[in-house]
Amino acid sequence: MQNFTGVGVSPGRIIGSVRQMPKPISEPPAGERLEAATTPEVATVELRAAAKVVQAELQRRAEEATGASKSVLEATALMATDPMLIKAAVKLIATGTSAERAIWESGASVAEMLHNLGGYMAERATDVLDVRARIVAELRGVTAPGIPQSDVPFVLVAEDLAPADTATLDPNKVLALVTSGGGPQSHTAIIARALGLPAVVAAAGVEALTDGTEVYVDGAAGTLLVGPGDEQRTAVTAWEHVAASLSVFDGTGSTADGHLVPLLANVGGAADAVKAAAAGAEGVGLLRTEFCFLERDTEPTIDEQVVAYKGVFDAFPGKKVVVRTLDAGADKPLPFLTDSTEPNPSLGVRGYRTDLTSPGVLKRQLTAIATAAQASSAVVWVMAPMIATVDEAADFAAMCRVAGLKTPGVMVEVPSAALRSASILTEAEFVSLGTNDLTQYTMAADRQLGTLAALNSPWQPAVLQLIQLTVAGSIAEGNNKPVGVCGEAAADPVLAVVLVGLGVNTLSMTSRSMSAVGAVLKSVTLEQAQKLAHLAVSARNSDEARTKVRAELPILEELGL
Amino acid sequence: MSERKATIASRVGLHARPASIFAAAVGELTIEVTIALETDPAEDAMDASSILSLMSLGASNGDVVVLRAEGDGADAALESLVKLLETDLDAE
Repeated sequence: MQNFTGVGVSPGRIIGSVRQMPKPISEPPAGERLEAATTPEVATVELRAAAKVVQAELQRRAEEATGASKSVLEATALMATDPMLIKAAVKLIATGTSAERAIWESGASVAEMLHNLGGYMAERATDVLDVRARIVAELRGVTAPGIPQSDVPFVLVAEDLAPADTATLDPNKVLALVTSGGGPQSHTAIIARALGLPAVVAAAGVEALTDGTEVYVDGAAGTLLVGPGDEQRTAVTAWEHVAASLSVFDGTGSTADGHLVPLLANVGGAADAVKAAAAGAEGVGLLRTEFCFLERDTEPTIDEQVVAYKGVFDAFPGKKVVVRTLDAGADKPLPFLTDSTEPNPSLGVRGYRTDLTSPGVLKRQLTAIATAAQASSAVVWVMAPMIATVDEAADFAAMCRVAGLKTPGVMVEVPSAALRSASILTEAEFVSLGTNDLTQYTMAADRQLGTLAALNSPWQPAVLQLIQLTVAGSIAEGNNKPVGVCGEAAADPVLAVVLVGLGVNTLSMTSRSMSAVGAVLKSVTLEQAQKLAHLAVSARNSDEARTKVRAELPILEELGL
Repeated sequence: MSERKATIASRVGLHARPASIFAAAVGELTIEVTIALETDPAEDAMDASSILSLMSLGASNGDVVVLRAEGDGADAALESLVKLLETDLDAE
């Protein structure tokens, strides 16, 4: 039996037959000239015709697509015959360059221009390159790159997937994704998780599999097996049962012995909130208000803010919604709040600190939150990001009370806040641990640097110990003030158990993770969770912490997580 | 030469879906239309039927752009294009 190993990026076990993505279009050689019999005029006509065919095909796919995919495809279709792209190619053809090479170079310079513009435009550069490859395929008369057509569902094997492919990927036709390239953060991984398809990336050698080969894919273990047997068939059947129960969260987070741990959702706006409520979230643990305003150059008016917040509150009548005030700065700049010239934005004026440089914005935001809260039945709590001292917590709490907000809290992201949580909790009514930033500040490792990924694990025993200290501070304060977690750590079903064992009261996460977190949490008693937490905190490093805890949770194997 | 100014109404600015809709509308005209930011000189104006040009223009919500065209029906054509830019195309 042939075996391929990669990195599992989306759990699930499935048996199906392979369909290979057509090979990527090879680059026409530099300096390739028009054939002697072809005049530049003829080549230009051929290029325009090929571009039209590609446009029609993309347009057809756009018509079949819905939502965000549809608009991406509509824009990509327009690019195929875009004057900027075609005119530059026509000029090259006039100098004797072949049509294939001409469109290749023209596409490259357009993509580079978009790439240099950064942000959203840089993402569109990939679409230009996709269009370019399609035009070259059309000129050569070979199969266009893209998802193969098939009547029966199949396991899609590719080098890596482009956004234009994933946009039209039909989850009813594709059983699993396996790529020879890509990584855990590649586009393939992201789309697989969003669609709930089992996926393995970086599985070297799979490009040699022939179409129609029957394979077994395990998206948790990161393996692909050729010619599956009874053992694999049993595993698939078991997964089907698990998947049915995993796809729904029953709406109550608790341990096996009934210790309640509400599972809340992280949301960026009303649309997210509606989805989260439908998925069973017991409230919102983190409303990222800056996401309502990321595209803005100017401060949103109070009225605009009231509408945005009320949309979220209305999705959770009678339930808790924790609003985080604008967390601008570092990786999330807002032109009206942050100074982009700071040499070290992560350690600069960000989060609550922007009240120093732009006084008034926070006060107006609190007014808007209070107004929206009064007009809805949600139980609204408010918290400030990037609090480092008890004085900051006291000032923020006072501002909230003036605005009429009764439950002010603070984020614990800066290690000083974790160490001083007892005194901070004399001023604030609750704290919420932002584990992403807490990890980056504890380990002094930039979140966005791939090379420091190992340091940036919330499994680092030092980070877990700071969480433990935060809980100890709440106990020392004496009024049972809640300690929640709203970072990525809470979405990891294994780490979630550790957090509960450390004494965290609520977990807030992306709504897709709630079912897995809920299922694993229900498999342990509070006492077992406490033992696992002790194991993790006393580990030598993050790998050891994770490995030791996983070994004690047999349900992970059962669930394929 | 006809010339009209328009304030970008789409919340996301003139890219993504709003740019597609606008470029497609210009593409249907028989005359050539150029677009430039109000602050840019006229010789930097770009082909308004090109979605790639529109995207590289980088016009955000609230920015003022200048549309220019020549020929029969230029005034009427620009008038309808201004209306398009001054609608929040992303909301529809």
